[in-house]
Amino acid sequence: MTLLEAMGEGFKALGVGFSALHWSNLLMIGVGLLFFYLGIKKDVEPVLLIPIGFGCILVNIPLSEMMEEGGFLRIFYDGGIRTELFPLLIFVGIGAMTDFGLLLERPYMFLLGAAGQFGIFLTLLLALALGFDLKEAVSIGIIGACDGPTAIYVTSKYAPHLLGAVAVAAYSYMSLVPIIQPPIMKALTSQKEKITMMGVYKRSVSETAKLLFPVVITILVGFIAPKGLPLVGSLMLGNFLRECGVVERLSKSAQNEIANVVTLLLGLTIGATMSGPVFVKPQTLLVFGLGFLAICLDTVCGLLLGKLIYVLSGRKINPLIGAAGISAFPMAARVVQREGQKYNPKNYLIMYAMGANAGGQVGSVVAASIMLSVLQGMGIG
Amino acid sequence: MMGTLEIGFTLLLVGVGGTLLVLGICSLVMELLKRIFPYKEEK
Repeated sequence: MTLLEAMGEGFKALGVGFSALHWSNLLMIGVGLLFFYLGIKKDVEPVLLIPIGFGCILVNIPLSEMMEEGGFLRIFYDGGIRTELFPLLIFVGIGAMTDFGLLLERPYMFLLGAAGQFGIFLTLLLALALGFDLKEAVSIGIIGACDGPTAIYVTSKYAPHLLGAVAVAAYSYMSLVPIIQPPIMKALTSQKEKITMMGVYKRSVSETAKLLFPVVITILVGFIAPKGLPLVGSLMLGNFLRECGVVERLSKSAQNEIANVVTLLLGLTIGATMSGPVFVKPQTLLVFGLGFLAICLDTVCGLLLGKLIYVLSGRKINPLIGAAGISAFPMAARVVQREGQKYNPKNYLIMYAMGANAGGQVGSVVAASIMLSVLQGMGIG
Repeated sequence: MMGTLEIGFTLLLVGVGGTLLVLGICSLVMELLKRIFPYKEEK
């Protein structure tokens, strides 16, 4: 090969990415840019949308081999998503950040946290009726947990090919809770129910009870649904670090360094699953539609149980707090406070709603744990 | 052999019932813990 020929071949290799470009790659680069816009200009989950958007752009530049064996993003994917490590580490951070005291003040809030997960199972059934196979349906239903790490954990186990769609749907709908919930709350509760005052909030939980909470829940749920112990255990480990009061350094690390680093890597690798030819298909739109429905159904079920508790309590508990039983923390609680005040400016529901919202956080991991254990019991997965 | 929809219904019933039951038990246990270790106002 002459020098001239070698230079020619060398130049040919430049810009080769353009020749391998598929229209779906271009579309997904646009989606990545849209995530930047939403994160930066609209403040929609920027901590996640920025790395997801960047990962999405990286993986849609052809021939970079970032998601091929040994590629930069593939290493993180194999090490953190396929091993289910990233969502669990995020849970340690969430546990360390969350004060479950408001939930423990009124333990009946656990039930609202349960009702806020029913959309998972209803959507699963609907996904099956629409022709998804069981493992895909489980992964779509789990969007209803309204809890990103849980959705990622379950989907990476059962339907890794849906990971990008499920994760983006879960995080997007979490941030859209202030738009999704109010019309449902308005439609399902009467004026009399909406204006119900819940009285002054009083502290009633000892430090010992708060300290025992993560240990008791880990042992209890672990024995009932062992398959979900990684989820419950990591959430409760983080909370125990927080409540025991003697490992402040570890608690702070879980809340900051670990949560931040893992969020960056998790976002990048989720974005890296959004390669155009794999992601752009009608199935993805169906996943988004069903995910939306799951969160609506969660809100409906939470409100219906809230209405039942309203009647059983002698009309003393505002049923709007039922909507906070989903896991989107603390957005759902803020929505309840805002909506409650819209109908009765003297009403302060925030402390009660935060309790129900914390119940939703426990509820989402418990619901996922039960689903994983039941599936294992049925010989699936 | 169960069909897919039958499995779905089973998951719906066991999932909803199980979640409610487990969180109901958690609620009772925490209520009990609150009684065993009551809150005392700080002086």
